[in-house]
Amino acid sequence: MTRRTTAPLALALLGLLILFDHATSDLNPYRAPPMLALGSGTAAVGGFCGALPQ
Amino acid sequence: MTAVVASPALARPALIAGALAAVLAVALFAGARFGLLLAIGLGFGMVLEGLRFGFAGPWRAMILRREPGGILAQLLAIGLVAVAAFPLIAAHPGEIGGAAAPIGWAMAGGAFVFGAAMQVVLGCGSGTLVNAGSGNPVGLLALPFFAIGSFAGAYHLMWWTGLGALPVLVLEGTGGLMLTLGLLAAVAVVVLALAAPGTRRVPGRLVLAAALVAALAVGNLVVSGQPWGVVYGLGLWAAKGAVALGADLSGSPFWAAPGNAARLQASILTDVTTLTNLGLIGGAFLIASWRGLGQALPKLPLRAWIATAVAGLVLGYSSRLAFGCNVGAFFSGISTGSLHGWVWFAAGFAGSFVGVRLRPALGLEGRA
Repeated sequence: MTRRTTAPLALALLGLLILFDHATSDLNPYRAPPMLALGSGTAAVGGFCGALPQ
Repeated sequence: MTAVVASPALARPALIAGALAAVLAVALFAGARFGLLLAIGLGFGMVLEGLRFGFAGPWRAMILRREPGGILAQLLAIGLVAVAAFPLIAAHPGEIGGAAAPIGWAMAGGAFVFGAAMQVVLGCGSGTLVNAGSGNPVGLLALPFFAIGSFAGAYHLMWWTGLGALPVLVLEGTGGLMLTLGLLAAVAVVVLALAAPGTRRVPGRLVLAAALVAALAVGNLVVSGQPWGVVYGLGLWAAKGAVALGADLSGSPFWAAPGNAARLQASILTDVTTLTNLGLIGGAFLIASWRGLGQALPKLPLRAWIATAVAGLVLGYSSRLAFGCNVGAFFSGISTGSLHGWVWFAAGFAGSFVGVRLRPALGLEGRA
């Protein structure tokens, strides 16, 4: 067996993750934040591994 | 997929088209910021896999063979990011934030354990993603356990942090930048002094990689308003899985906090670290496919696969206690002024000394 099996398997698993997630949550590009945080005037609110819960 | 990979002339345009289509789809259906973040993640994956820029491998090379090139490249990349990040954070408070986190007992212990575990599987936070994307079965097996560990570590984070932590300490402004660059230079001098004769140089590909990684990290900061990170996204994936299986996360101060609870409800395609993680895997896949995926999988003993799964769990759990992995704490922490990044570096490197000795004992030295 070679990486021709395992590399596509990694992508397939990501595809399943995205499909599963899409079934449980919605996407709405009209609620998306501005393209760049810099200059947007809005606070950064993304999850980050260094952040304590607020 | 196999047929496409078998024909490079067909595969390369198809791979590029696939990556562009993914970026466009995310931009179209989730928003332009999120498409850009996926593109940045793809860039990270392509650079790390294509130019062999990493974290665990260079630390191992320094410990076992006293080869400093990889670590020096890391220090260069961190310094380059710092030069851009310090003024950005100072000039745009709120819009742009650093990787600030408190130093504490659990933080330092987590970094030590992470350093050991990343040497067992030879994959750190970013490395595990890149390895999985390039078809390395050790990385592929470690990844889901990394996610589960990250979820569990976040669940218990406040208990661990309660064992004792200092206030968040951050270097800021021009003075902070100068001190950070001075400390990076001092570490480089120490590393060079310890290096084996004839190894005191940084290969050109690693200098290029350091510049590209730094540019992408600054891009991540400008687009998302936060530094490059890995482990939050992995924990979020497992948390969503736990909720789907009926778990009640309201008892966790971390997952029940408003921001995290909102992200559990939202699509992962709007989560910053998820998008760069997906890109890392995809970018590594693209480069590995470009090179060819004919490499045979290693024949490892059962204990090596068990050790990989356990190490994956430990990587995820410990990186949460440490407020990040080699990316979120070491790379992004130092480059944005957080002193916990320096403590992470010292503790993680000490743990790596243990990890390089554990690896052969666990049967993982036979990797192809």
